[in-house]
Amino acid sequence: MIRVSGVKKAFGEKAVLHGIDAEFNSGQVNFIIGRSGSGKSVLTKCIVGLLEVDAGLIQYGDTDFSELDLKGREKVRRQIGMLFQGGALFDSMTVLENVIFPLRMFSDMTEEERLERAMECLKRVELEGAEDRFPAEVSGGMQKRVALARAIVGKPQYLFCDEPNSGLDPQTAIVIDNLIKDLTHEYGTTTVVISHDMNSVIEIGDSIHFLHEGEVAWHGDRKGILDSGVKSLDGFVYASDLMKDIRKQLRKK
Amino acid sequence: MGILLHIGRFFSFLAAALRRPQKGRVFAQATLVELEAIGVQSVGIVALLSVFMGAVIAIQTAHQVGGWVPAYTIGFTVRQTMILEFAPTIIPVILSGKVGSNIASQIGTMQVTEQIDALEVMGVRSISFLVLPKLLAALLIFPFLVVIAMVLGMGAGAFICDFAELSSFADYEYGLQVDFSPFDVTYALIKTCVFALIITSVSAYHGYYTSGGAREVGRSSTKAVVYSVVIVMVANLVITQLLLT
Repeated sequence: MIRVSGVKKAFGEKAVLHGIDAEFNSGQVNFIIGRSGSGKSVLTKCIVGLLEVDAGLIQYGDTDFSELDLKGREKVRRQIGMLFQGGALFDSMTVLENVIFPLRMFSDMTEEERLERAMECLKRVELEGAEDRFPAEVSGGMQKRVALARAIVGKPQYLFCDEPNSGLDPQTAIVIDNLIKDLTHEYGTTTVVISHDMNSVIEIGDSIHFLHEGEVAWHGDRKGILDSGVKSLDGFVYASDLMKDIRKQLRKK
Repeated sequence: MGILLHIGRFFSFLAAALRRPQKGRVFAQATLVELEAIGVQSVGIVALLSVFMGAVIAIQTAHQVGGWVPAYTIGFTVRQTMILEFAPTIIPVILSGKVGSNIASQIGTMQVTEQIDALEVMGVRSISFLVLPKLLAALLIFPFLVVIAMVLGMGAGAFICDFAELSSFADYEYGLQVDFSPFDVTYALIKTCVFALIITSVSAYHGYYTSGGAREVGRSSTKAVVYSVVIVMVANLVITQLLLT
């Protein structure tokens, strides 16, 4: 479990996070949703330590991450897998080298065992046969899947996915969503997904935090999100005509 | 950002770069890759420039020879110019354009595409992981490149003297040997090592602190070359003053 308490973050005069409190549970797909500029990415970067918080606590299990020194943070980070919005694959490495990299850096496995584990992850994301290609030689959807394979290769306790479906066609988006859901439930991972995609939220979201102007404006599950009664969340959820039609149908029932 | 802040940040960056590698085998492999990129891929340009430079210095000196200036001056001047200044200073300055801009743009691109964030989130010390192999490779390979430049420059001088009948080979050879001080080579190699560290660290620093997109990567690359050359020139003056006076 990850617990965030009273997290504040500002860039100069501009306050982005105004005291965020949230809990992300193990074995669940926890979504952070919100409009662009609501502070989702900043919150995630604070949680993984890419940005320092101005105030507040970030706890991984019983460990207070914000109080740890560099070595302590490195230890926690080895239990983290992260899927970046753009993939963030190492472009000088092949697909297989990208996936095997965390194991080469931190595991005590033999090279054969590493190779076996990396191939297992590539198989999981349906990328067998692409291992010798470079990131520039594969499509955006494949890059996302490689990045997901790299994120899970070390069997992380915590998995972060930043906009996993951005730029993907609906079918590939569903493949990625299902992978995230299956991996989370299978390994009992604490998964945090940052997304705009309401389809993903409703399909796989176990717990949802809605951020509005740097604050958690609503928290609940996917059933509650369609009828929250929170104006800012309704504006976000029912932005499209399709969702407005769904609301009408729900109200008729 | 103030110059003092830059200097402070640069030294803290350098301290982070010099931290012990997390995985020796990965570090060794990365260093070999950098040796190839920084060294082997630079041999051609170093050889080409040194040959032409040695030949031109020989021709220019021959133009002054005559009257009270003895013929062996050609060999002497080529040797002194190649050993004291062209090979250890001008070659690194040229390499800062090739190697330095390459380092800055490579690390800068990694920064703007979140590859460095990915390393950090994994628990990899990104500065040490990316910069230390480049520093070590440059430190190992720059002296070799400089020695190659010295030898080829002097060889090209000999060739042009014979080919254009500027002086006899015996005079040129005597000029190469006359009043030779081995310390000149030591001085040149010390300079080279310092310049190798300056070029790689300054370029890596500018690449690492790139933010934005492709335009900023280009700017970082330009800044890396400009700052490297300026700092190399200042360091050249300081080292020369300290070691040769």
